[in-house]
Amino acid sequence: MNSLAGDHETYLRVENLSKVYATRDGEVRALNDVSFTQRRGEFISHVGPSGCGKSTLLMIAAGLVPPSGGAIKVGDQKVFRPRTDIGIVFQSPVLLEWRTSLGNIMLQAEARHMDRSDARRRAYELLDSVGLGGFQDKYPHELSGGMRQRVSICRALIHNPDHLLMDEPFGALDALTRDQLVIDLQAITMQRRMTVLFITHSIPEAVFLSDRVIVMTPRPGCIDRVIDIKLPRPRTLAMRETPEFAEYSRQILDLFLARGVLREH
Amino acid sequence: MSEGLSALVGPQSPVRIETAEAVMAQRRRSQARRDRVTACVYPIGSLLLLIVLWQAATNLLSIPDYLLPPPTAIVHSMIVNEAVLIKHSIVTIVEILLGFALSVVVGVPLALGIFLWKPFANTVYPLLIASQAVPKVAVAPLFLVWFGFSLLPKVLIAFLIAFFPVVINTAMGLGAIEREKIYLAQSMGLGRTATFFKIQLPNALPSVFAGFKIAITLAVVGAVVGEFVGGQSGLGYLLLIANGNMDTALLFAGIVALTFLGVVFFALIGVVERLVLPPHAVERVSFDRGSM
Repeated sequence: MNSLAGDHETYLRVENLSKVYATRDGEVRALNDVSFTQRRGEFISHVGPSGCGKSTLLMIAAGLVPPSGGAIKVGDQKVFRPRTDIGIVFQSPVLLEWRTSLGNIMLQAEARHMDRSDARRRAYELLDSVGLGGFQDKYPHELSGGMRQRVSICRALIHNPDHLLMDEPFGALDALTRDQLVIDLQAITMQRRMTVLFITHSIPEAVFLSDRVIVMTPRPGCIDRVIDIKLPRPRTLAMRETPEFAEYSRQILDLFLARGVLREH
Repeated sequence: MSEGLSALVGPQSPVRIETAEAVMAQRRRSQARRDRVTACVYPIGSLLLLIVLWQAATNLLSIPDYLLPPPTAIVHSMIVNEAVLIKHSIVTIVEILLGFALSVVVGVPLALGIFLWKPFANTVYPLLIASQAVPKVAVAPLFLVWFGFSLLPKVLIAFLIAFFPVVINTAMGLGAIEREKIYLAQSMGLGRTATFFKIQLPNALPSVFAGFKIAITLAVVGAVVGEFVGGQSGLGYLLLIANGNMDTALLFAGIVALTFLGVVFFALIGVVERLVLPPHAVERVSFDRGSM
């Protein structure tokens, strides 16, 4: 429900963020001096190798993990506690096994004391929009991995959050389900003009979905390069085969090759 | 290639995939039903076979009754001593249920304390572990001195043996939660109390019930130990009397009664578990076989 007028205002500021974990083998620096801003309505992806701290970055952006240095600001407000203005999707669906699909989505509504019947109606709409119409009474163990992740996306959207944070949401899914969900996600985020922070290690996924792709270096993760993706929307799967798309993928791939993330013998 | 791909992932195709998934789920469910039937048939069948072999062995090898009475003699003894068995069973049932109830009433809050309050956990946990090293049978005579021949010492011994798994399973169940579930609650603005009741407690229930099931079988043991040491009634007392009289058939009848009680109580907790928990936890075991 973001207003069109506010589309270019800066929404999120990440300033000189760093994170150091204490482990048994000494300190591990997961993030090193990461700074970027996100405009309202912008879709930003972070791509990088495993262990480059991109998930940590998302957790810090959600206010769930405190940074070791630097700050996250929403508007002018510094984040120092878990943010509740967000919808969050994790790598695993994190559904409550004892609740149905609808019950899991409604947990969000219950926690926020939303109007019950309104929330139910929205939940049904969301389930329809991700192709899960009729599955509202199924328990998680009756659903496939892809269906579970779709329920978790509905749960992250029912309260119309200002900010959608997704941590490798499609990482555990097969290629076809992934393609479908990527298309569904594009439709949903375009329709609602959502601000999305998306973590992935899939180059095509990042290029397909994003307005900007932030490429991370291996640990300690810092920003390698920011790439504007100027492909027209809505993007189609066929577009992945175009020279423009390939050029963007190539740029990211070259960065990975240069940093030794990928090696060609 | 690209056109083929986009045609494949057209708007209708996920529906078809999901119908196939529904069929698979249906197949899994009927498989689970078959599994449940075999789960009943196999143990009952093997038990019957054992009884037949037992009967045959005692007859063919002419084993004296005081050593090993045939199943028919045991059944005969159960019929003859029906009133006595029922009378003593009721005493033992009361002890078991009170002992178990006390385990739950004390064990669950103790586990909550351990889970919610670190200093309490650090204080109580080592003591709990140490308490388990004390042989409960050895404590029984002490209880006799303190509480006499009343109901109380038997209930206390049943409690003492049974409460440990309740505490451990409840505390472990509460502790074993994915961090993401807590993160999720925080991002929803769910308060501590609501998080506990909506997420942490239901998440722990399967483990809690597993603790209850262990506890009820241990409560049976505890009650009988209590009766052995200082009983004037109850199945444990009946076993001692039968033993003194060399009435081995009655001894076996008492054992059968105790086994029956144990199995029935165990099953009752299973029934309560099914009522309290939605299908997920109970069916989870059989469903996990099909990887989804």
